[in-house]
Amino acid sequence: MSEACETVSSAEIETCAARWLERRDRDNWSQTDQSALDAWLAQSPAHEIAFWRLDAAWSRTDRLIVLRDPKQDIAAPARWRVPAWAKMAAGFAALAMLGMAFASLQKPPQDRVFTTPLGGHETIAFADGSKIELNTSTILRARMTSDERTIWLEKGEAFFKVKHDAAHPFVVIAGARRITDLGTEFSVRRDSDQLKVAVLEGRVRLGSADAAASARVLTQGQVAAATAEAMVVTRRSVQSLANELSWRQGVLVFDETALGEAAAEFNRYNREQLVIADSSVARLVIAGTLPTNDIEGFARLAQTVLGLHVEHEQNNIVISR
Amino acid sequence: MEETRDTSREDAGSRVAVSGADLRAWFIAEVLPLEAALMQFLQHNWRNKSDLADLRQDVYVRVYEAARREIPHPAKPFVFTIARNLIIDRVRHEQVIPIEAVADLDALGLAKDEPGPDRIALARDELRRLQAALDRLPPRAREAVVLRRIERLPRREIAQRMGITEDTVAEHLSAGMRALANVLYSEPSDLRRKS
Repeated sequence: MSEACETVSSAEIETCAARWLERRDRDNWSQTDQSALDAWLAQSPAHEIAFWRLDAAWSRTDRLIVLRDPKQDIAAPARWRVPAWAKMAAGFAALAMLGMAFASLQKPPQDRVFTTPLGGHETIAFADGSKIELNTSTILRARMTSDERTIWLEKGEAFFKVKHDAAHPFVVIAGARRITDLGTEFSVRRDSDQLKVAVLEGRVRLGSADAAASARVLTQGQVAAATAEAMVVTRRSVQSLANELSWRQGVLVFDETALGEAAAEFNRYNREQLVIADSSVARLVIAGTLPTNDIEGFARLAQTVLGLHVEHEQNNIVISR
Repeated sequence: MEETRDTSREDAGSRVAVSGADLRAWFIAEVLPLEAALMQFLQHNWRNKSDLADLRQDVYVRVYEAARREIPHPAKPFVFTIARNLIIDRVRHEQVIPIEAVADLDALGLAKDEPGPDRIALARDELRRLQAALDRLPPRAREAVVLRRIERLPRREIAQRMGITEDTVAEHLSAGMRALANVLYSEPSDLRRKS
């Protein structure tokens, strides 16, 4: 951050951390910004802890998006109605009331929000013949009208099977990036500022959300890892792409995958979390296919095949030597 | 995922055994949910209320340093032992309060590792708790947070709606972030149920 950030007391550190988090939440967050943030975090554990804490609280508010009620949006008075908030405080009917309060904000009436919980998997079929499959912990907003087909991937991962229509392009917006369908099947995964686009069939155009200028066309078998600024494109084998999308069949496929990476994949789907006790264990390489919710099976495998020590602790399964 | 792998590779040669990503995940899942109880403990054992946030930070830093070598299980007795030791150190250093003032951990029931209502309730009542938290924010910060997190509007549009500059929106949002973290982590969980 360019301005001076006093970090002597815990309150000052927290203020700085909040400023960083607020900046990172913007769409124009760049690689340079990330490096500056990393440097600030590396200065002191206190910085890191303050940032983790705020970040964790802020991510929890992701859930609040379910309070958007598209059905109530049609008669939208332009002004924010304060009394609705006061009423909300009164009680638990809050959910319904919030819907009304937020309905008073202007928003195109056609948007619909779809979410999946942890471990969830849902398919939405649209009238135009396109289908979207939502993976675990995913939030997306859809505006599907006669002249616009736009999806905002707010969080998580989805697989798109698009009915191509050149006159009405199908567009997925994920943070600072825009993905335009050119007749295709593709998946998009969004982890905060990191985006991964995999093209299973046909082609897509991947550009920035604002301008169509620096766009790049991805073809079948290509996978792009992108941030707001940078993009790396690799070509993958059919098999490796299929593994990547195995969640659609409710399984995770590991093929020479590091244990730590496999555990992180499982942790996307389950409340119970795998904890790998040390980095030498995390680097062990495994192969296999398991249902996304079979965290126990994974632990058993680690125990019997790799001879590791497995311990259940509250919501964690700790794997060590 | 990439990050985890890189970090562990980096750690291979050094004495630090726990990767940054693992430490962070553990801290968020295991330590932060204890914060309300930790704040109560600190409050009971320290007179000057204005020191509490600094004390909490010091406890967290000590927890972090120790967990970097090996993640302790279970977390609860570990965190409270560190908190007690910190208070004893401070008391010795400042020579103000007699050591007896430091309550016995066992008497407070904090050394035992019970899942505690927080964690279980967290999953169940998350949305309700978030709504209650929103409701407790200062009005302008709350409005900014609602427009950002529920309406998902960009800064520019939030500024227009609220009739303020984008910089002021940023200020309201960061104030909202701090207030949310305090309500979600520091305050006793029974605030959650207001119905």
